[in-house]
Parts: sequence; C-alpha cells; structure tokens
Amino acid sequence: MAIENGRGDVAGQYSTFYVGELFFGVDVLRVQEVLRVQPMTRVPQAPKVVEGLINLRGQIVTAVDLRGRLGLGPRMSEEPPMNLVVRTDDGAVSLLVDEIGDVLDVDGSMYERPPANLDPAARQLILGVYKLKDRLMMVLDTERAVDLNQAHARSAV
Amino acid sequence: MQDEEIVREFLVESHENLSRLDQELVELEKHPQDAGLLASIFRTIHTIKGTCGFLAFTTLEKITHQAENLLSQLRDGKRALTPQLVSLVLETVDATRRVLGEIEKDGTEGTEQFGSLIERLQAATRAPATVNLATPAALATVPATPPLAGEDEAGKVSAVAEANVRVDVGLLDKLMDLVGELVLTRNQILQFNSEREDAALNATAQRLNLITSELQEGVMKTRMQPIGGVWNKLPRVVRDMGLLLGKQIRLEMEGAETELDRTIIEAIKDPLVHLVRNACDHGLEPSEVRTKAGKAAQGRLLLRAYHEGGQVNIEIADDGGGIDLARVKQKALEKALLRPEQLEKLSEREALNLIFMPGFSTAAKVTNLSGRGVGMDVVKSNIERIGGVADVYSQLGVGTTVRLKIPLTLAIIPGLVISSGGERFVIPQVNLLELIRLEGDAREKQIERVHGTPVYRRRGSLLPIAYLNQVLGLSDPPQSEAMSMVVLQAEDRQFGLVVDGISDTQEIVVKPLGKQLKGLSIYAGATIMGDGRVALILDVLGIGQRSGVLAESREQARAATEQKSASAAELERLLLFRAGSFERMAIPLSLVARLEEFPASMIEYASGEPVVQYRGRILPLVRLQEALGDGEAPAKPGEPLQVIVFSGGDRNVGLVVDQILDVAEEAVTVRRPSRRAGLLGSAVVDEQVTDFLDLSDVLRGLAPEGAEGTTGQAGKRILVAEESSFDRGLIRGGLDMAGYQVVEAGNLDEALQRLEHQEVDVVVAALSLPPLGSGALLAAMRQRPEWARIPILALADSARLAEAPSVNKAGFEHCQTKFDGAAMLESVSRLAKAITTPEPVLAGERK
Repeated sequence: MAIENGRGDVAGQYSTFYVGELFFGVDVLRVQEVLRVQPMTRVPQAPKVVEGLINLRGQIVTAVDLRGRLGLGPRMSEEPPMNLVVRTDDGAVSLLVDEIGDVLDVDGSMYERPPANLDPAARQLILGVYKLKDRLMMVLDTERAVDLNQAHARSAV
Repeated sequence: MQDEEIVREFLVESHENLSRLDQELVELEKHPQDAGLLASIFRTIHTIKGTCGFLAFTTLEKITHQAENLLSQLRDGKRALTPQLVSLVLETVDATRRVLGEIEKDGTEGTEQFGSLIERLQAATRAPATVNLATPAALATVPATPPLAGEDEAGKVSAVAEANVRVDVGLLDKLMDLVGELVLTRNQILQFNSEREDAALNATAQRLNLITSELQEGVMKTRMQPIGGVWNKLPRVVRDMGLLLGKQIRLEMEGAETELDRTIIEAIKDPLVHLVRNACDHGLEPSEVRTKAGKAAQGRLLLRAYHEGGQVNIEIADDGGGIDLARVKQKALEKALLRPEQLEKLSEREALNLIFMPGFSTAAKVTNLSGRGVGMDVVKSNIERIGGVADVYSQLGVGTTVRLKIPLTLAIIPGLVISSGGERFVIPQVNLLELIRLEGDAREKQIERVHGTPVYRRRGSLLPIAYLNQVLGLSDPPQSEAMSMVVLQAEDRQFGLVVDGISDTQEIVVKPLGKQLKGLSIYAGATIMGDGRVALILDVLGIGQRSGVLAESREQARAATEQKSASAAELERLLLFRAGSFERMAIPLSLVARLEEFPASMIEYASGEPVVQYRGRILPLVRLQEALGDGEAPAKPGEPLQVIVFSGGDRNVGLVVDQILDVAEEAVTVRRPSRRAGLLGSAVVDEQVTDFLDLSDVLRGLAPEGAEGTTGQAGKRILVAEESSFDRGLIRGGLDMAGYQVVEAGNLDEALQRLEHQEVDVVVAALSLPPLGSGALLAAMRQRPEWARIPILALADSARLAEAPSVNKAGFEHCQTKFDGAAMLESVSRLAKAITTPEPVLAGERK
C-alpha cells in the first residue's frame, strides 16, 4: 500500500509498465485492472490521444494513448497495446501502454524529484523518480495523464 | 448508529410536512374559516416540536413551541387570522427548514438563535386578541366538524401508509442502472439468437425480451413522480411575489398528477420557479393597469402539464401584458446582441425567442425577486440539457405562454442505428423526422447545389444537406447505387444528413462520455450495442451546427413559414401506398405510428389471425388487400412484409400493404365520396387520383386486443360533429383505433338528436359545423343541464387555427387542427378522463 504525502515520494507498492523505453509506476491502488486488446470504437473529431471507447462490462471507458500523451512518436511494435485501467476522479480511464511489468515495493529513501531538464510534455505528467537497483522508475500522475483540457495538453490535440 | 437513523427519519418526515405546510398556509389565507386546515397545521407543528424535544434540538423546539402557542390561539378562535400572522408562521416554516438543513449537514442545529423571530411570535401571542366578526361563525362550526375531519384524515393516512413503502432513492437509481445493463444484455442475446437456428434458444430469448421490457417499464414507473411535487412550493412563491410587488395573482394548476422521471423533475425545478417568478414580476401587470385595460384586477397564472407524443408539455401561461416585440428588438439593439439589419430579417417568432439570448432582460427595473442572475438563457439551456425544448408565445395585451417540452426519461431512449465511414452511430428517435432513400437517377437529380451548398427538394421546399462522413472527417464510402438520408429536426429547424447505411431502431441506454470527450458537441453520449461494442450517440443539434446547415436554413425556414401562411389552402401530410389493385391509396400521416418491415418468418398465428411480436407486444396484422375484398394477397416468399403500424391508446394494429410509395404534403382539392366499403373517397394528390382509406371501416372486423388490453376508454362515446363525411371518416379513424365508440353527426340538428338518444362523453366539433358553426352547438349544449358538463373539443382547419384563443374563450375545452390525429387523441382522452375521475387520487398512490 502506498501512502502519499503530497510531494509524490510515496512508499509502498507500484504497478509498473513500459511505454517504449520508459519505465513507469502507478500506485497499485489506483489501478482497477489490466486488459489485453479490446474491441475499440473510434471517436471521430476527438483529441488525437483518445484512441477510442471500450466496453468494460457495461461501463464505457475512454482509452487514452499514453505514448501520444508523453509526446512520443507512433507505436512501432507489432504487439497491440495493453489497457491499464486506472481509477480517476471522473471514473475509470484506460491508459494504453506497451507492456505490463511487475508490482514493486519501494520506499521513500529511493525517491527523487524529476530532473529539471525533462521534456516539458513529459514533465507535467511525472511526479517523481525512484532509483531502483537496476533502473529508474517514473511515477505517473494519472489524474493529469487523463486530463486533456489543461493548457499543457497542447501536444495532445 | 440508531440515533442517526432516528434523526434521518425525522428529517425526511419534517421536510415532507413542511412542504405541505407551505401549501396549507397559503390555502388558509384564502379560507381563514377552514377549521380542519388550521387543525392540520397545528398538528404538524406540534409533531415537529414533540420530536425536537425528544431529540434535544432546543432551538428548533423553542421556535416551534412559540408557533404552536400562536396556532393554538388561532385554532381555538381566540385570535383572528391576518396576512401578517400567516407571514409570521411562514417565516417560522423557513426558519425550521434552515435549522433542519444544519442538522442534515453536521447533526447540530447550527449557531443561529432566531431571537427576533421568537420574540415576534411571543409578541403576536401576547397582543390583545382582535376578534373580528367572522370568528363567532368559525367558532360555531368548530365543534361540529373538526373531530370528524380529524378522524377521517387519520384513517386515510394510515391506509396510504400501508399500501406504500418508503424506498431509498439511491436504491432506485441502482435498480435503473441494472435494468439498463439488462436491456443491453438482452439486445446482445437477441442478436446472438438471430444468428442461429435454435428453437429452444429462440423461445427463451423471446421470453427474456418480454420480461426485460416489462421490468424496464416497471422500474421506470417507480422512478416516476408527479410534477405536483415540484409545484407544491409554487403557491408560496406566487403569494410572496404578489405581496411584495403589490399584485393580485391567482395561481391555477392543471395536470399536477402528470408523471416524470425523478432526474428530470430535479432538473426542471429551478427553471420552473424562475419562469413563475418571471411571470409574476414581468408578465402580469399591477391591478390598476389591469383594470384600466378592462381586465379583472386579479392576474391569472396557469400552470399546465400534459402528455403529448411521448413527451410532457409544461406550460406557464399568464394573462398579463404580453411581450412587446418592438421593445424586445430595441433592447437587443441596445445590448448589441444583434445588428440592425439582422433584426429586420427576424420573423415574429424569432424575435420573441430573443428573450432566451444570454444577457437579455427587458425588465425596466430589476427587482430582488426575479433577475437574480438567472436569466431566461439559463432556463433554456437547462431545459435543452435534458433534451427538452423551451418556446414562448405571446400576444401583446393578452398574455404570454412559455411552453417546455420535456422527455419522459433520460436513461433509455429509442434510437436509429446508422453507419458512416465504417463506424456505427445512433441517432435519437426524438430528432428523427423521416428516412429517404435515393436510388440511381433520383440521386443525381434530387440533390442540387445552391452556390455549392447541397440541398434536396423535399415536397416542394429545399432542405439543406450535410454529409456525416464530412462532418466527422471520415473516409467517403465506396460509390454505391443508392444513398440514404435521414431528415432530422433540431430546435425548430430541419436538415438532411446523408449516411452510408441505415440499420434499424433499438432501445438504447444512454451513457455519458468521459471528460476527455466532453468538449465534443457532436455527441450526446455513447451506448453499448448488441454485439458488445460501443457506439456513439449523435447530438443532432451539434451536428447541425458543426456542419453549418442550421445557420443557413434559418432564412429558408422563415421563407417557408411565410409561404405556408400565405397559402390559405389546407395542407395535409399524406402517406401514399399500394395494395392489390388499388394502385394509389392515402391515409393522413398523423394517424400512422410507424412504418415497419417484417420478414415473413416473423408471422405467428393467434386464434387463427396473423400477428407478429412487436416491441414486446402482440401486433395483429390486417392484410389490406383482403380487407378491401380485393381477393387474396398472393404469397411472396422471402419478401418482407410492408406494414403500416397504427396505434391508439393501448391498441396496436399493423396494416399489410404491397408497397409504401411516398409522403406527400398536399392541399387536397377534389373529393369524391365513395360507396365502396373500406374507402372514404378519392381525391387528386400530386396530380394523380388517389383513394383514401377508411381506417375505421377496415378495422371494424378486428377483435379488441383482449379484456386486459382495453384502454379504459372502452365504453366512452365520442360524438363527431362535422359536415363532410370524408373528414368525419378521417377523424373517426383515430378515435376508433383508440377504442372509443364513435357516433357521427353532419350538422347541428343531427348532433342534438344524437345527444338526446345517447349518452356522450366528449363532443368533437368542427368550427365550421353547419348551419351556424360549432358555437351554436356549444350554446345549445350549455343550456341543458344534463349536457352542460360534456366537454367540447373544437377542430379548426389549419388555416383557421389562429382563431383558437378566441375559441377557447368562448367555452370550448380546447381547440386544435383537424388532422393532427395524435394531438386530438391526447385531448379527447384527457377530456374523457376529466369527467369520470370520481375522486382525487391519494398522494403516493399509484395505478
């Protein structure tokens, strides 16, 4: 269980996933479920990062392409993306990611604020970084990742 | 825990009591002698005081205790009721409400002490009693009536309590959600079923279908609340406004029992209060002005609610000064809402609707009652948000009516499934007018361009066209022979939307879109289809605005209405079709509920008669060719049946024809009556001779839908008084369908004769009834006491509908156009009910 203290350095369990080369973590309590490829309904005229709508047991869930949200290029991999369904203030939203990793335990001592020279599009969405033994895990701000209305969402539209 | 429960119960009960109190107090002011009313008010306050003492809410106890003292003096006749005292008690009610609100928030009474109110209540109680002359009379009646009335009421209350269960609203919402899921699952099973040939699955699926529909209807009903619940607080609003503005206002309410889904009730609450305030403040004139204008000093405010075509209409009508168009236009100029040249082009209706624009207020002075930052534009947008329409009608010096058209429910709606660019979309049925299929040559010819803008010639007028693929930025479909177009209506304007394909209609469950997509005005939501995939629901208004067709059509719509009013000839919309050797037949479109295609395999037999299962019910089929005695219809295996569905009240009938030809809007000129059974006569439509079907004659042989299927209209007898037997036949068609008994009369004498010999429940009379018009019939009927109470519905030719207001004034219950079948049925059923409802239905009791 992760305990937030307002600064983002959260000790506890994180669901991890990959977007391209980047390694991310989300508080495990924010993750509702992980789904393989789902039939997707396109939404014409919607912001580009909205990949479509999926039917999650009778609930209609918007799928947001995290790649586009981070300002990365189009997906190259042959593998279809995975749906990481997260709980947000506005209900469930699916984040499309490339690959799902393990659930990891972290503690506050490994935490550091994001580097100042991070790409602006990504910087808005990253709360902080955990220095794991073999790599770095970025903590994704899910509320911001699904909020396309803010000014900083420019790159998304 | 238990305590919390008790407090919650107390809050619920007290809120109910308080809203009743508001009404009773206003009532009491009108009838100060009503001892029963006073006793009831006293009891309510007493109950609240008692519970407060028990729960240790001391402030509230103090307030209610003082109010109780005052009321007990009033009840015992020791003190006469004055408006000041009523105001004081109303103030107590408000204070109580505030404290209850505090308790609801955090369980305490809050910090307000209400010292001044308590003092004033005390002072009023101590003041020397000013017993006026009326009191002895009240005293005299007191011993005789109150115990009886009290017992009576107590008995009623407990009976109601036994038949009702209090259910948490959250639970009802949950149930509705679940039913929504069930409807979706049902749709999926039905689709699955249609793909395979399994008799057992088929039977189960059909059963599931029926049960789901019934369950849906049932749960929907539990969420229905009479609109009277919202209206309850309006007498108080009107009273306060009247006192403050120094105006005399009489509030009348009709149709308080009309039911709406509770989410919708919630949504129209504030707009309604605002409209009523507005009518009191800006609509009705002060008494002196009214008297000078020759009106009664007391202004009249009428609230009316009624069902019409699957929607609820709510009217707020005042008999005040009306809206001064010149002033409205001038105001629009001053506030720079429109440019002068734009103003000039406005039609009268459009000018009236300026009052709905943001930033518009014609009130010379803003009072503290209306104009509290909520304008008519907020009213309009609130109503439109729930899929409703707000409209205003006004006549200078006569009054203003605001009409709200509101859907019955938001959760589950019928929709048309269409495809575009490889995706499926749903269009809400409410916005749908007709479907047009263009094939081959017609496609090239009928879509023309005006300076590059595509338009379609639809029955003589130009309809602007949008292509859904372009609006959505989807790829164009591969060129095909045929093209499908749906004609849509948004607000009061129409346009055609070209789509790739049209599938079918379905009940869909509307689900909101996530906030990522909220900014897209072209979608109203999404739903889940039979195959489990998501489909978007189009917002017709948004599509129209995005494609620009709505802006452009404004001018055309105006031109069209001008053209229409110029031609005095009576235009009717007719459905043209073919059956057997009758190559061209017609029936007024207003009688037709829907057009359907059924595969021959769907036909089943019930007691030897062909039927199909249709929307969860059994639809009897009549083969028109056979009904007209034109030989047996040849079996055409593999071809779907073309069926015209008629529906009236709870009855449905499907008429099987060979082919649907067209819909024509036509001034029917030549009329030759026919002696042949099943036909009314012939007329020239679109320059071709066309036979008119006599619907009542054709359906006469059909057995009613079974005892429980009867409509409650059975046995109601309607007298149709109209000179032309042709028109009588048309009017009769709709009434027969709904299960009424119809007697006909061709002139005044015949009508009076029929009335002599038969008991009639409602009279439907044409304005032009010979020899002297229907006014003569009205006069004759009102002179005979046994007829005086029979309601009369006046029917005008569309050209004469402008006379409707004066007709209503003459004493007719209602006036409307001759061939609007649905509206006529609605009115007749309302009038028929009005005279037979023996007692008011108890609150909370459901049929």
